[in-house]
Order: sequence, then structure tokens, then C-alpha cells
Amino acid sequence: MGAQKKRAAAAAAAARVSEDPDDLARQPLQAILLADSFTTKFRPITLERPKVLLPLVNVPMINYTLAWLEAAGVAEVFVFCCAHSKQVIDYLENSEWFSQPNFTVKTIESHNIISAGDALRLIYEQNVIHGDFVLISGDTVSNMSLTQALQEHKERKKKDNNAVMTMIIKKSKPSPITRQSRLGTDELFMAIDPNTKQLLYYEDKADHSKGTICLDKMLLAENPSISLHNDKQDCYIDICSPEVLSLFTDNFDYQHLRRHFVKGLLLDDIMGYKIFTHEIHSSYAARIDNYRSYDIVSKDIIQRWTYPYVPDVKFCGNRATKLERRGICFTAFNSEIEQSRSAQVGSFTVIGYGTKIGSNSKISDSVIGEGCTIGSNVLIEGSYIWDNVIIEDGCELRHVIVCDGVIMKAGAVLKPGVVLSFKVVIGERFVVPAYSKVSLLQQPTVHDSDEELEYADNSSGTVEFSSIQGTADQSNGEMTSESSEAHKPKLGTGGVGYIWSICEGGQEEEWRHSVAPIPEDKLTELSEAMDDDQELVTQDRTALSTSGELISDSNASEGDDNEDSKDDSVYFEKEVEATFLRAVEENVKVDHVILEVNSLRLSYNMTSADCAGAVFYSMMKLAIKTPHSSASELQQNTANIITTWQKLLKSYLLEIDEEIEIILKFEEMCLESAKEFSPLFARILHILYDKDILQEDAILRWADEKEGADESDKVFVRQSEKFIQWLREASEEED
Amino acid sequence: MDFQVVVLAGGTSKKLVPLVSKEVPKALLPVANRPVLSYVLEQLELSNIKDLIVVVEGADAALCVGGWISAAYVDRLHVEVATVPEDVGTAGALRAIAHHLTAKDVLVVSGDLVSDVPPGAVTAAHRRHDAVVTAMICSVPVSGLSEAGSSGAKDKTKKPGRYNIIGMDPTKQFLLHIATGAELEKDTRIRKSILRAVGQMDIRADLMDAHMYAFNRSVLQEVLDQKDKFQSLKQDVLPYLVRSQLKSEILINGAPQGQQAKENGNDKVIGEANHLSGYNFSAQNNIIHPSAELGSKTTVGPHCMLGEGSQMGDKCSVKRSVIGRHCRIGSNVKVVNSVVMNHVTIGDGCSIQGSVICSNAQLQERVALKDCQVGLGYVVSAGCEYKGESLARKEK
Repeated sequence: MGAQKKRAAAAAAAARVSEDPDDLARQPLQAILLADSFTTKFRPITLERPKVLLPLVNVPMINYTLAWLEAAGVAEVFVFCCAHSKQVIDYLENSEWFSQPNFTVKTIESHNIISAGDALRLIYEQNVIHGDFVLISGDTVSNMSLTQALQEHKERKKKDNNAVMTMIIKKSKPSPITRQSRLGTDELFMAIDPNTKQLLYYEDKADHSKGTICLDKMLLAENPSISLHNDKQDCYIDICSPEVLSLFTDNFDYQHLRRHFVKGLLLDDIMGYKIFTHEIHSSYAARIDNYRSYDIVSKDIIQRWTYPYVPDVKFCGNRATKLERRGICFTAFNSEIEQSRSAQVGSFTVIGYGTKIGSNSKISDSVIGEGCTIGSNVLIEGSYIWDNVIIEDGCELRHVIVCDGVIMKAGAVLKPGVVLSFKVVIGERFVVPAYSKVSLLQQPTVHDSDEELEYADNSSGTVEFSSIQGTADQSNGEMTSESSEAHKPKLGTGGVGYIWSICEGGQEEEWRHSVAPIPEDKLTELSEAMDDDQELVTQDRTALSTSGELISDSNASEGDDNEDSKDDSVYFEKEVEATFLRAVEENVKVDHVILEVNSLRLSYNMTSADCAGAVFYSMMKLAIKTPHSSASELQQNTANIITTWQKLLKSYLLEIDEEIEIILKFEEMCLESAKEFSPLFARILHILYDKDILQEDAILRWADEKEGADESDKVFVRQSEKFIQWLREASEEED
Repeated sequence: MDFQVVVLAGGTSKKLVPLVSKEVPKALLPVANRPVLSYVLEQLELSNIKDLIVVVEGADAALCVGGWISAAYVDRLHVEVATVPEDVGTAGALRAIAHHLTAKDVLVVSGDLVSDVPPGAVTAAHRRHDAVVTAMICSVPVSGLSEAGSSGAKDKTKKPGRYNIIGMDPTKQFLLHIATGAELEKDTRIRKSILRAVGQMDIRADLMDAHMYAFNRSVLQEVLDQKDKFQSLKQDVLPYLVRSQLKSEILINGAPQGQQAKENGNDKVIGEANHLSGYNFSAQNNIIHPSAELGSKTTVGPHCMLGEGSQMGDKCSVKRSVIGRHCRIGSNVKVVNSVVMNHVTIGDGCSIQGSVICSNAQLQERVALKDCQVGLGYVVSAGCEYKGESLARKEK
């Protein structure tokens, strides 16, 4: 065991001073908690407060994670703070977490980190992780026991040093209609070896246009049986060996834990690192990834699935709540709330300390924070109201999130899915349209919907935020009045804040991830769309099969492939042409051009025949572009270019096949893109022969191949008939 | 029982040349001294299925098979022998006899199936789920006998028998994916919509299609009519039905969709005389017919079979082999891991390893054969040594 650990540690940190193995064996369990999700899904709220400090049933999220880590036997947690790091650190310093026995919380701060990958690289540099560790983000709620998963991980590790990670998964079938899990995450496709539980395939960002999953044939060659799952949910709790950190360091382009790291390991068969899964059945684990999961997890907490992390049990950071039984459901109250007699507080509701509720107000399925003032005749349904919110008489809130310090003037209405960020004021009788996001801060203008740039976007967001906050703090009152002036029509009389325009990229449709339940009409729309899809598929299928295709499915998929490769080859051709033209302009040495084309060839995964074709194409293109007045001049140009660059071309003509490819390419050009060449076909063929670019075998083979072709295809064979004849005779003579 | 049974007996398989010929079509090829077709017929008879259609490719083969059936099962089975042109494929054969099919469901059995699974179990599963098609699936047999370093097994060690890639739901009831033939070499593509519907799919490469199917007749005929290019049941029709399940009711006439897979326990013996190396599977015990004559110091090892009236000289040794009826085997002959059919004459001092010797062949003295197939009536002259060759008379 000790030796094993030592090896592991040695692998992880070759440069590290070797430590005493016994010391390592006693290594307490460590955890890395990422207090930044590196996404923008919780904007605009996260512009002002880090996600881990957002209250989840009146307790900042990070407390759930830390409490679970403590209970699960983790001894040391490194909290990695990035965005709003100061707030996180301040919060932790003032909390009880720093003074727990047998549980140390340390913070690592960095501001220029834009992804989980960077964070792990930084932690690796800090040299603080010495053994297996739990990797988790600060927005995870769980009550699972780590013992078994940890045990399995250690045993696997003992047997196979390459088993570097154990992922916790849980059964959860995504809705067939919306194709997302109840937590609002995209459907997940995984392939797992049923015996060893090794993860073999992982596809989370479901590309809906692709109707099939493609399993590499090698997978099946190695494993006689594989289970494909669509009914599992990734809990984003990972037990990692220290190698994981060094892997991140080695592969500096790994950013995202799943998209890059997991997929990278699965695809990389050189190092042979393996990822395993551990499925939990009766315990709870979920990550709050978007507004919908915020809603669902809150409800799960209220409904006590996450016991012991529930409102009426005191764990770090929450105040004791009293539980009242209402019918068959629970409602949690704090003492000292002022509730009017006529107010109705329904089931599954949590109301915070010091909140006042006026008469005839109805509250159900909601969480209300501390110190809120709720007027009379207010309707609150399925909403999350944070602290110190003032809701005046007659407001209506359905399925919304209302942050700290919001003021809703009398009669204001929030439609489902609305998110009001900090200190927004909604004017009297103003109706906020569904799914709007309202913030005091303006929407960042650079709004890149591209997933890849999310990280960059995020970092810029934080920087921007600090500056905006500065001004906002300095001139708070002033700015409020100003902006209320400017935006009066937007949020009603006396309203303060900006309504963010819904990101028009629309690739994440708002309703999918909002707190509001998915509206009925969307569901019907989707299921109809689904039927349509299937009908389409069927029609395709019949169309295909009537046209005489044998196996329509494989053909269809092949079609996809062909299209892909066609696209690729077009790009490849363009790249080669650009390279070649640049070489001509800048007088680059032939050897260098060959190198460049070779690298293109590798990156596009092309054959040398493709290269030959593309190079030849570029040469002829150049010839035609060179100014010329007559056909003979063009021929001369062509001859010159061929002479100058023959070395380049020849380096791809390894076999006769490539030469034939060139002839075919030339033929194609003459027919399509460069008709000017068509009268010169035979002559240029002769030039190519003279320059030893084409051997007579290739030309004769080409002619033979064309023998059986259509008349229209034979135009050029005809044209060069004499030449071919001559070649044939010459070869016969030689014989 | 509203089931019609179709036995696809094939014709003269090209894969099995020279073991099969015009005189001996594949259906009559002896496996453990019985024509392979008899295994299916008897299994069907055990399930009390007496009316059946045997489909044979080619007129000559049909005559042979028909003659044999009427002689062997004259009072026991009511068999209709249908002739279809050669090379129409299994789907083509069914298409050709479509007018005979009237029952609600059709049980299609390959004539070269050696199995102890009662066909009734397949039909029952089919009925129970009201399925469109039920396919029998078995584990891939271990090539040859496990202790045998047999040559037949050696060829296969490179690729431990992969015939199909089969996807099933966790209860092993629904067949969700099947890949055969050339598709095995490609990456496996699974339709997401099917996966969404079931949630979990187990993909196995260690199972194979045992070529016993129960079809819903109307669906089968519709598919055969619409897809006139479909040649083979296992390569075209079954994968097509599996792919198109859960998709549309239009195509399959509103029939409730669902394919059933029936997986056999490992204890059941299933072999198929479809491949040369698969030929030995069914030899199980040391069975020596009482009328066989053994010379002195001749040993017959385990897993051997010796047919009636065969004679063996002195100091012979037979291991893991099947020897047919009325063979004459000289002295000092070694037969290892081989099949010797009926009326074969083997001279003194021959050594036969991993080979198949067809009926009426003659091996003169001191012939050494290794991994060879000797065709019907072929004469191997004295002292010859062959390795990995296929010997047959020239077609006249």
C-alpha cells in the first residue's frame, strides 16, 4: 500500500522531493472544491455574488458541499476561489468552517483563471495534494457516503495504476420529450463496461443533429459486452488520484473537466488511463448547474431527500427551523416571523427568520429568506425570495428568483421564469415578461454565445464587474435615480434596473433552464416535433430503399461520413492552395512548402493522393490566373509553373495511384472550374509526361479505366488518343 | 398452433466445397454420422410440429433432400419440399414461397442448426410478447474443444469468434441492435432514439444469432415485398426490422413493435455446421457402434464416434474424431481431430489430422493429411502428403 502510494505520488510529482512512504500512507483524505463554476448560467446574479454563496433554501450553497465533505471524512479542503474570491474568502473566514476540529479549510485564490483546468494546474503547482482527493464544485449537494466509492477506487488503483478517476453517477432518465434530465442538464450518453464499471464513452453535449452514437470498433473488440446508458446522471463528484493534476498540467489545453479531460482520457489510448464509475442508488447527489436545477434541488432539500442537510436540522451556517406539519407535507418556519392570521402558507415552503407576511397573502412551494416584508394579498408560488426583499401589496410571483434587497412596488407581477438580481426595484403594477433577467448592471455587450469562449467571457465579466461595482458603490443613490430616469418605461414607475435581452443565440432556449416548469405548449410542440422527426426519418428511409439502397441505415450514416469528408477535403484543398500561393509570392523554398503541406495532410487526415491532387489543382489554378492572351501562352505558363514546382508535386507521387489521381483531377478541372484548359488537355498531359511527373503506366491505366466509361467521360481520352497511342507503341517497342 | 414452419435447407453451399457436392447437398452433410438436417427435423418433431416446408435451393439438391426426407420420415412428418432457384438468399427463398404462407406467424429455422432448444420456446416467447420478430440468440461457441490445440481453432484464435454485435435491453427481452457481416468491421452506430426509449442497452459481442426466427407473417411479407433487394434474413431483414422498431406504425401496419431476443443458457449446446471449423462441435462422446471392428492395440479416445460396420486395423489411434459407417481403415493409422464420413477406405500407415474426408474417398498407404478437405470419392494416392489443401474430383 505504502509503496503503491509512493509510486502514485512519484508519478504525480516527479520533481517533488520524495517523501516518506509511511507518511503518505497516513495521508488524510483531501478535497478540491472549485468555488467557481466557470460558466455564465447564473448571470446576472453571479455578476454581483459568487455562485457558491447564493442561498439554497436560505443557506449558501457552499455550506452544503462543505458539510458533506466533512461528514464524508475529508480532512482537508482546498477551496479554489476565482470570481469574487474576496467575497468567498470573507464569508469562509467569518463562518465556522475555519474553526472546525479535524477539518481544515484552506483557500487558494487566483484571478486570472478561466477554467477548471487552469485551476487544477495552479493547484498542482502549489504542491498541496499528496494522495487521492475528491474533486467537487462548490454547488454540489449530496449526502452519499464516500467510503465504498473510495474503497473501490483504492483497490482498482492498487491493481492498475492507470485507474486515475472514479466518477459518481446516479440513475436519472432524461425526459424523452425535452431530452434533458430533471436537473435541466443535457442528456448524457455513456458506455460502461458492466463488469469493471469502466467508463468507455461519454457524450454530454448532445448534438441533436446526430441521431446515432458511434462506438469505435476497437471498444467492442476489447470488451465483449458494453452497456450503453442514457439513464444516468453525472453527479460531478470525482474521486481522483494525484495523477489527475499532473495530467492537467501535461495537457495544458484541457479546460473543461468533462468535455476535455474525460473525453481526452477516453480517446487517448497511448497512456491508457482509465476512468471508472460508481453508481449510487439510495443517496442523493446533484449539482446546481442552472436555474432549473436550483429549483429542483431546493425542492429536494425541502422534501428532505438530502437528509441530514435539510432546513430543520442544524448544520453549519443555518439557523434552527421549526417544522410544522400541514396535512401530509412539511413547512419549515423560523421562529419570530410575523404572520398575519389571514395569510396562508402552503406546503413545501420555508420562511426565514424575521420575515413579515401581510394579510390574505398566499405562499406555496416557495422559499422566503430572512427579513423580508411581504404585504397583503400577495401571491407567491414556487418562487425563491432571498433576504430583505420588500414585496408590496397585491404583487404576484410565480416561479421566479428574487435576490436580496429587491423592492417590488404594489401590484407588480412577475411572470414565470423571471430572475430579479440584487436591489432591483420593480415599479407599480409593472408586469415583468416571462424569462426576463433584470439587474442593476447592464448586460455585458460582448455576449458570446459560443460555448468555447465561455471561459474567456466569464473572466471579462468579473473584471468588468469590479469596475462597475466601484462606481455603483460610490454613487449609489445618484445612479439609482439616474437609471430610473433612463429606464422608466422598462420597469414601470420608480423601477430601477435593466432588463437583459435574452441571448439571441438561443441555443440554450430559456425555458429549458429556467426555474419555471416547462410550459405545456412547449411540451406538446416538442413531442409533435419529435413525431415529425421520426416521420421524416421514415420517409427518408423509404425513399432511400425504393431507390434501391440495400441497407438504408448504414448508407445514411455513410452519407454523413462522406459529407464530412467532403467538407474536409474542400477545406484541405483551400488550405493547400493558400499555402502554395503564399509560397509562390514569398518565394518559399520547396522543402518548406512540402513540410507545410505535409502538416496539413496530417491535420486533415488526407492521403498523399489527396495532396497530389490539391497541389496540382493549386498549380493549375495559378497558371490560369497568370495573365495570358492565348492558349499557347497559357500552355507556356503552365509549363513554367510545372517546371518550377515539379519537386513539390513529385514528393506526393509515391505510387501510380497518385498519378492517376492527378489526371482525374485535371480532367475534373477541365470540365468544371477551368474550362480554358480543356483544349490543352493532351498537350499538358504531354508536358507532365515529359517532366517525369506522370509515368506512362499511369496514363495508360487511366486510359484503360476510362474505356468503359460514358461517352461524355471520354472526351479527354479521345483528345489525347494520339499521345496514348504513341505511348502504347513505345512501350511495346521496349518490350 | 397457428404457426407455419419453414426450414431453409440451403443448396450446395460454396463455403463447404468440397465437402458438399451435387450428390451431397449441405442439408445432407453428415454431422456426427447423421445428416445435419435431421437435427432440425427431429427437434421440430419433438415439439410436435409435423407440418413443415423445407426450402431447398436448386432442383438437383431438392431431389436429393426430398428423397432422403421421404425415406427417413415417411410416417413421421408431413414435409413439403419447395424448390427455389439458387443464390436467391434466405429472404429470396421466403419471397419465393410466400404464397404457401398463410398462418399468422412463421417460424423460420436454418437447416444447419444443431440445437437442443425446443422451437416451442421460441414460438412461445414470440406469442407472449406479440412480437414482430423473435430471434434466438446464443453465446458464441468456444471454437473446437477447449483442450484441443486443433488446427481449426488456431485459425480462429486471431479473432475469437465474432459473428454479431447484439444490443439488448437490460432484461434481455428486446433486441435493440444487431450488426452482422461487414458491419462488424465498422464502428458501431446506435440510434439515440432507441437508446432514449430504453435508457440502457447492453451491447454484446459474444453472442450470435442462431438462425431461428419467429416472424409475424404479415410484417415479414410486407418487408419482403417492399424491399425487393433484401437477400438475406440475418443480414438484411432482421437488422432492418430491429432498426425500424419504435419508429413508425405506418410501415409495419400498426403491428405492435418489439423484437424479442431469447438468450440461451450456456449449458445448451448449439453448433452450426456452417463453417468448416464449426464442424466438430457436435461430437461429444465416445460412441462406438457395436458392429464396428477394432484391431488389436487400436485405441479410440474420448470425444470420438465410430459408425456401424467400420473396420479398423491394428495399432490405430483415433482421437477427437468422427468416423462414419462402413469405413475400412488399415493398420497404424492415426486419426486426430478429423471427420471421416461413410465408406471411406484408408490404407495402412496414414496420418490424418484436422481434416475432413468425405464419403467414398480412398486414401492409399502412408498418406499424411493435415488440415485438408477431401471431396466425395477422391482418391489420394500412396505416400502423398498434403497440408491445408482442399482435394476434390474434377467436375465432369
